[in-house]
Amino acid sequence: MESKSQNRLIKNIIIYALLILLAVIMLVPFIWMITASLKMNKDIFVIPYQWWNPEPKWSNYLDIWTKIPLAKYALNTVKLTIIVTILQIVTSSFAAYAFAKLQFKGRDILFLAYIATIAVPWQVYMVPQFIFMRSLGLADTHLAIIILQAFSAFGVFLMRQFYEGIPDSLCEAARIDGMSEYKIYAKIMLPLSKPALSTLTIFTFVNTWNDFLGPLIYLTTDSKKTLQIGIKMFISQYSAEYGLIMAASVISLIPVLIVFMALQKYFVAGITTGAVKG
Amino acid sequence: MPLLSQSRREEDVSKADRRPAGGQGAVYLPCPIESEDNMNSASIKRKRRQTLVAYSFIAPNFLGFAVFTLGPIILAFIMAFTEWDGNNPMKFVGLLNFTSIFSDDRFLSSLRNTVVYSIFTVPFTLIAALGLAILLNQKIKGRTFFRTVTFFPYVASLVAVAAVWNMLFTPSEEGLINQLLINVFHAEPLKWAASPKTVMLTIVLFSIWKNMGYYMVIYLAGLQGISEDLYEAAALDGAGAWQRFWYVTLPQLKPTTFFVTIMLTISCFKIYDIVYMLAGGSNGVVNKSAMVLVYYIYEEAFRNWKLGRASASALVLFLIVLVITLIQFKGEKNYAND
Repeated sequence: MESKSQNRLIKNIIIYALLILLAVIMLVPFIWMITASLKMNKDIFVIPYQWWNPEPKWSNYLDIWTKIPLAKYALNTVKLTIIVTILQIVTSSFAAYAFAKLQFKGRDILFLAYIATIAVPWQVYMVPQFIFMRSLGLADTHLAIIILQAFSAFGVFLMRQFYEGIPDSLCEAARIDGMSEYKIYAKIMLPLSKPALSTLTIFTFVNTWNDFLGPLIYLTTDSKKTLQIGIKMFISQYSAEYGLIMAASVISLIPVLIVFMALQKYFVAGITTGAVKG
Repeated sequence: MPLLSQSRREEDVSKADRRPAGGQGAVYLPCPIESEDNMNSASIKRKRRQTLVAYSFIAPNFLGFAVFTLGPIILAFIMAFTEWDGNNPMKFVGLLNFTSIFSDDRFLSSLRNTVVYSIFTVPFTLIAALGLAILLNQKIKGRTFFRTVTFFPYVASLVAVAAVWNMLFTPSEEGLINQLLINVFHAEPLKWAASPKTVMLTIVLFSIWKNMGYYMVIYLAGLQGISEDLYEAAALDGAGAWQRFWYVTLPQLKPTTFFVTIMLTISCFKIYDIVYMLAGGSNGVVNKSAMVLVYYIYEEAFRNWKLGRASASALVLFLIVLVITLIQFKGEKNYAND
């Protein structure tokens, strides 16, 4: 009996040792980021690294806004993220309703077109897409970034998978009551699909907020740039401004952290449906 | 994934419509109206109306999708066989782009680097994700906290976390990681991303750190799908913890492992921004030791304006991903038959 409880003790010690190691590996970069963002440049590479700073340099968080147009970048990113997320949710849930609940000619072919493109990485067609957008005069516009992100096959696929799980009889009953399809979509399907909508929202939000290659290719005018591109540009130009770089990084992480904390369980649900393609 | 379940739904519809047998296909046949009874012609009208309504649902998304995704994909296939700078007229050159990239040293090293990156990233991410999932599936205090902490780097913006990594892995001795190497492991400090020898190592380590939480979530779902009965039966047979892992957990997780391997491999072949952030100089130029496939595409297209060559290399990427996807389809069928 005693050896069993001893075994358990050893097991627990091992588990907690591993957990501490894990926490260190995962958290140290973020803690370092925050502490470094409150230091003077000359203090950042002092040995040994000072984790506790009695005189935090809060001015880094003020200076960064004047050193680069951070507010403009943030505003651009917020604007793009909100528009893309709304468009993505509205158009995909709309299309998914037809694919899941309506009968019509060519349905399977059209859906196959969506499925087939999920398997084609964006990197394969980013070049012709850019040339095409440029020929429409959309190079260096926010509209291009919106178009790029708003009509993904992934959104339609995710919503359709969810709608398939809602019994058809529910729609049939509403039809017999004389409800139009639009009303069934708005009054019955949308309220029922809150979990799927939340999943799609957080995925779209995080993807658009963090998107790098899209804005890098399309946006050339400084005042149109997003946070990611703006901060990267600042890092390239002022690579020794460690404190400011870290302050800007912390600022860019906060919105994602908030959305992630609020909608985390939907994020996890989205991954485990096995339908997620990055 | 059950993609299309047409037959089942057609049955539902014919029941719901209370129509005599004949099936849905009959609706679209150009049959003379007078030969139909009233009920059937009303049902034809209803069908037509429903088709229109359905198209109105799909149109907003599909138009955007067709014009800005399907169109460019088709264009990519055409461009790969042309010589074009985006301004002057396109010139068809047959397979010339393919023969020329396959004799281009930079393309070949980009291909090699991408493969090397995948070979190291896939198994280690997989093992880390599985280990984390088993650890964080235990009944322990603060489990949710640890899961969140492990997952957060995946959603954190790359620019921010890459900036921290670049400072932690500074090539000079003052960097935190080099300090760790010197003081704790009594090893020589490394040059990390600054040296062609260790640049890929740095990129692989970073990828594992950033993405393992994502795959851990998939493994957690897999673990939770294993029936308790199996473990109880194994315990009754006197199996220890290690044996239970080896003979119950691992075989039960086979479909998950297969799925994760495929997803990981595809994502590895698409790598671009991590390389740009960690190995790109101040102007974002990556040298040959860290050049990956997508970076080569980017450079040929947007720096050299050789769109044909860029598209040809994009098709190579497409073929690789296609082969992996086909393996996935075949594998999923096997697991479905089990």
